[in-house]
Amino acid sequence: MMESIKINATIRGPWTLLKKELLRFWRVAFQTVAAPVITALLYLLIFSHVLDKQVQVYDKVPYTAFLIPGLIMMSVLQNAFANSSSSLIQSKVMGNLVFVLLTPLTHLQFFAAFLFAAIIRGLVVGLCIFLVAMWFVDIHMANPWLIIAFALLGSALLGTFGIIAGIWADRFDQMAAFQNFIIMPLSFLSGVFYSIHSLPPFWQKASQLNPFFYMIDGFRYGFFGKGDVSPLISLSVVGLSFLVLAWITLKMLKSGYKLRT
Amino acid sequence: MTSPAIKINGVHKYFGSLHALKGVDLTIEQGEFFALLGPNGAGKSTLINILAGLIKPSAGNIAVMDFDVVHQYQQARQLLGVVPQELVFDPFFNVREMLRFQAGYFGRGPENDPWIDEILEGLGLTDKAHTNMRKLSGGMKRRALIAQALAHKPPVIVLDEPTAGVDVELRQMLWEFIKKLNRAGHTIILTTHYLEEAEALCSRVAMMKQGEIVALDSTSNLLNKFAGKQLRLSLGKVTLPQGLLPMLRGQDNGVFTFALSDMEQIELVLSGLRAANIKVLDMQLSEADLEDVFLSLVGNHS
Repeated sequence: MMESIKINATIRGPWTLLKKELLRFWRVAFQTVAAPVITALLYLLIFSHVLDKQVQVYDKVPYTAFLIPGLIMMSVLQNAFANSSSSLIQSKVMGNLVFVLLTPLTHLQFFAAFLFAAIIRGLVVGLCIFLVAMWFVDIHMANPWLIIAFALLGSALLGTFGIIAGIWADRFDQMAAFQNFIIMPLSFLSGVFYSIHSLPPFWQKASQLNPFFYMIDGFRYGFFGKGDVSPLISLSVVGLSFLVLAWITLKMLKSGYKLRT
Repeated sequence: MTSPAIKINGVHKYFGSLHALKGVDLTIEQGEFFALLGPNGAGKSTLINILAGLIKPSAGNIAVMDFDVVHQYQQARQLLGVVPQELVFDPFFNVREMLRFQAGYFGRGPENDPWIDEILEGLGLTDKAHTNMRKLSGGMKRRALIAQALAHKPPVIVLDEPTAGVDVELRQMLWEFIKKLNRAGHTIILTTHYLEEAEALCSRVAMMKQGEIVALDSTSNLLNKFAGKQLRLSLGKVTLPQGLLPMLRGQDNGVFTFALSDMEQIELVLSGLRAANIKVLDMQLSEADLEDVFLSLVGNHS
C-alpha cells in the first residue's frame, strides 16, 4: 500500500526510514499501542470510580471528564518518548543502527524520520484512548485546533527528547532511568489527575516549572475552554521547549555525538 | 582518466593516547580487487570505518571516486557499500524488507527490485527472502549482511572480514558472486584473515602493521619480492655455516627452511652445506604464499 505512493528519489531516503520506524512499532502494536491504551483505561476506571462523586475540578465538569484529556495527553507524551528512545537504544545495543549510519541520510533527515514516527505513535495511542473513552463520557471539544496543536507539539517535544535519550544512553538501564526518574515523575506531577489550583502555593509555583504541566493544561483547555494558565502561555512554553530540544538534537546528530566516534 | 575508487591521504587516527593510524596513504583504482591484510589491531577496521563515515579521522582525508567522505559524505556514501564485520541484524523485519529498506535509504525504489532479486539469488537467499532476520542461521545472517551492503548497487564494495566463521560452501558461493561483480566493473576491497583467499582473488595487496602500511604491491610482486621460493632441507642436528643464516627462515626438528629470491641460490645453499660437510637427507622446493610474506612482514604480531 505504502509502495504505491509516488515519491521523489531525494525524499525516498527519509521516507524509507520513517516507514521502517512506523512498521517497527506497528509490528508489535500489542505492546506499543494496545498496552498503553489499557493502562490509561485502567487509570480512568479506577480514578473515576473512586473520585467522580467527590471531586469537582472546574464548575460543572465532572472529575471523569476532567481526567480524560490529561490521561490522553500523558499517554501521547509517554509513547512519543518511548518510540524514538526505544528504537534508538535497541538499534545501538543490537548494532543495527550501522545500517542507517552508512547511508547518505543527512542529520536533518534522520531527525525528521524519528520525530514523525514518534509523533504518529503518540497520536495513534492518544486517538485510541479518546475513542474508547467516548463510551464512558460525553466529550465536548471547545477548541479542536488547540487540541490538535498541543497533541502535535507535545508529541514532537517528547519525540525529540526521546531521540536525545536514545543517543545519549548506551545501555537499557540508562534508558530506564530516563523513563523512571524524568518522564514518569514529570508527567504524574503535571496536573493529569488534579488541577494545580488545588495544591498549596509552593507546589503551584513548582508545578509551573514543569513543561509537562503546560502540555497537559493547554491540551485540556482545548476540551473545556478553561485551564490553570492561558493557552497562549502554554503554547509558547511548549513551542519554545521544542525548538530548544530540536536544536540540541540536531547539534548532536550533526556532530555525530556518540554515534560516529 | 578515471578517478581512483578510493584515495587515502595521510590519514591519522588517535583514540586518546593510542595512535591507531599513523599517516596512511593509499590509492585503489576503479575495478581493482584489493586486499587489506594485517593482524588484529593493525588498523584495518579503523581505516574502513573512516572510509564508511563511522569514525572521524584525526587528520588527513579519504575520497571515494573524488568525493570526500567527510565534506561530501552524501555522494561518497552513495558510491560505497560496506559489509560490517559484526554480525548485526534488525529483528523486526524479513530479508527482503531489510534489503528494500536499505536500498530506499539510498533513494532507490521499486525499480531496484530486480537487482534485489539478483542479489538474493547470487547469495543463495531466495528461499529465505520472507524469513525474519531473527530466524536465520549464522551463515544466512552473514549472507543477508552482505546483501544489505549491495542493495543500492554501489560501484565500490568494502568487505570487512566477510568470511569470518563461515563454512566452505558459503565462502565459495560468496566469492563467485563477488568475482562476478568485480568482472562487471565493481571495485572490491577486502579485509580477511584467510590469506589464501586474498592470494587467489586479489590483484593487489596492502599489508598493515601497527597503524601503518608496511607493504603495498601486486600480489605477484609481493610474492616474488618477499619470498620467491622456499627450500626445505632435512639436515638433522647440525650447525649451519654463518654464510647461510641470512637466508634461514625457520628450523624445526632438523628441518631447515630457506627463503630464496631466485633459483641460483639453491646452489649457493648446497655448496655452503657441502663445504661444511653437512649431508642433505631430504629436499623440498616450494613456491612461497602470501602467508610467508605476511609472516615475514608482520611476524610475531600475528
